[in-house]
Amino acid sequence: MTSVEEITKLKEISFELRKSVIKMLTHAKSGHAAGSLGMADIFAALYFKFLNINPKNPYELNRDRLILSNGHICPVLYASMSKKGFFPEEELLTFRQIDSRLQGHPHNTSLPGVENSSGPLGQGISFGVGVAMNAQITNYKYKTFILGSDGELNEGQSWEAIMLAGARKIPGLILIIDKNNIQISGKTQEILDLDPLNEKFESFGWYVLEIDGNNMEEIYLAISKSVTIISKPVVIIANTIPGFGVDFMEYKFEWHGKPPSESEAKLAIESLEKNYKNEKK
Amino acid sequence: MLNPALNLNLDLINKKSIRDGAGFSLLKNGEEYPNLIVLCADLRESTRVEEFAKKFPKQFIEIGVAEQNMAGVAAGLASCGNITVINSFAVFSPGRNWDQVRVSICYSNSNVKIIGHHAGLLTGQDGATHQALEDIAITRVLPNLIIINPVDYEQMVKAVDLAINYEGPVYIRSYREKLPQITAANTPLEFGKAQLITEGIDLTVIVSGPIFFEALNAVSEIENEKGISIELINLPFIKPIDKEALVRSLSKTKKGVVIEEHQIHGGVGSAVLEALAEENYPVKLIGISDTFGESGDPKDLYEKYGISSKQITKKILQFLERQK
Repeated sequence: MTSVEEITKLKEISFELRKSVIKMLTHAKSGHAAGSLGMADIFAALYFKFLNINPKNPYELNRDRLILSNGHICPVLYASMSKKGFFPEEELLTFRQIDSRLQGHPHNTSLPGVENSSGPLGQGISFGVGVAMNAQITNYKYKTFILGSDGELNEGQSWEAIMLAGARKIPGLILIIDKNNIQISGKTQEILDLDPLNEKFESFGWYVLEIDGNNMEEIYLAISKSVTIISKPVVIIANTIPGFGVDFMEYKFEWHGKPPSESEAKLAIESLEKNYKNEKK
Repeated sequence: MLNPALNLNLDLINKKSIRDGAGFSLLKNGEEYPNLIVLCADLRESTRVEEFAKKFPKQFIEIGVAEQNMAGVAAGLASCGNITVINSFAVFSPGRNWDQVRVSICYSNSNVKIIGHHAGLLTGQDGATHQALEDIAITRVLPNLIIINPVDYEQMVKAVDLAINYEGPVYIRSYREKLPQITAANTPLEFGKAQLITEGIDLTVIVSGPIFFEALNAVSEIENEKGISIELINLPFIKPIDKEALVRSLSKTKKGVVIEEHQIHGGVGSAVLEALAEENYPVKLIGISDTFGESGDPKDLYEKYGISSKQITKKILQFLERQK
């Protein structure tokens, strides 16, 4: 497959993931819409192009790791895992229900393929640094991808981990920050301004890439580049649109932690289909 | 008489520090377990991992003064098949990093061992900020976590050995001061088991950690001077707690006293009372009574805060008087 064909295919997958997210949230009557939709393109690229993982052997020692730090966007994680073959699609509708393996925030021992438990923000970056350090110690060649968010960087623990990874020049570590400029109570700039974020990471010793996180070509190129850098950890600052693909959710912090109603879900799917068709033209 | 089955030997001369037992065990196991990774938050010397760091540099990670990050990095390393041991003062780990211990370690059932050093009033001159008197309360409530509070150097060696061979999270409490010994190299440490130190029929005294030596003095004095027969139990495992041993003893003596170097609220005494909740025996708790410590010589602090052997004797006698 040429990279153009791959990108076309990944776009289709991200469209499918977004539809799954809407269905899961609507059925669960709770969950986080905006971040899940905004990160669907990056999840599609990781699960269906870059991650060396095998759903039949989720504990393979040399597998690439995807560490989700902002656990509340797990609807898109579960949708990706299911599509990849970790569990049947029907199980997606058990999300947030009693006796489900699909916890409201991910739990590693509930579901094979979930690498870490997350939800309390900031914990995944430290965890991922530990995973990447293991590769260094054992000479495994796997890559560690950590997905985190801009709001999450309010947590001091994030910076403890970022400082350590930079100081130790840990290779094979790629942190993707979902910079969607919203958090639960409002705009990131107003709650606690993070900018200039690129310079912060640079001064902590990281290699910085910045992309449009809803542009599959840019995602593809940035991740391809990130895995070639071995002198230091890499951060990809992905500028995303929260709620991407659903017109009435885009840019709205009100959709950070809320699911659509049945009627809103219908409109959301229509909006996703319209936008996907328009993009294909 | 000391229980012969445990090979106990009271040694008041050759004092040893419990923390040295932790350092010794790690050093001993480093070779056998190449996946044993020791982490430290800038307290190598104080937590006795300096030698390990020198001998096994590839198995040692200096995190810097960042206990939350240390807990998370350890959990990440453990997820890849390593046995990780995190070292700091108990007030910081599991004190400062409790949320990380809860989610990244306990909820995730990570193979991480937490050694919380400088516990109790024994931390003396450093003052209240550094005297962990709450760590058992905050760890006892965490599912999946095993809690060990060793009585002396040899028991610490075995506690760390046991933790390394146990798959899952463990919290071990450690102390700085050089103290007497009661257990020997051939004293067993059985998982989840209490240790019967002396048999008795009138009263059960349950003690955990090196405050044992204050309790032992008090027990001897009361036995000798008042002719009261006391059953003394050492409790190295706070969780799981040896309910069976406690019930067995109390059903014989009908009353108990718990002695600990920790807040009474939520500590060892609370754990014992939970285990005995369905029984009908009066139990007196002796420990720190809802107050912070302060700077001072540990012996003076024990006296002021009511856990010296003299204070323990007085409190036990008052309790026995009321039970008449």
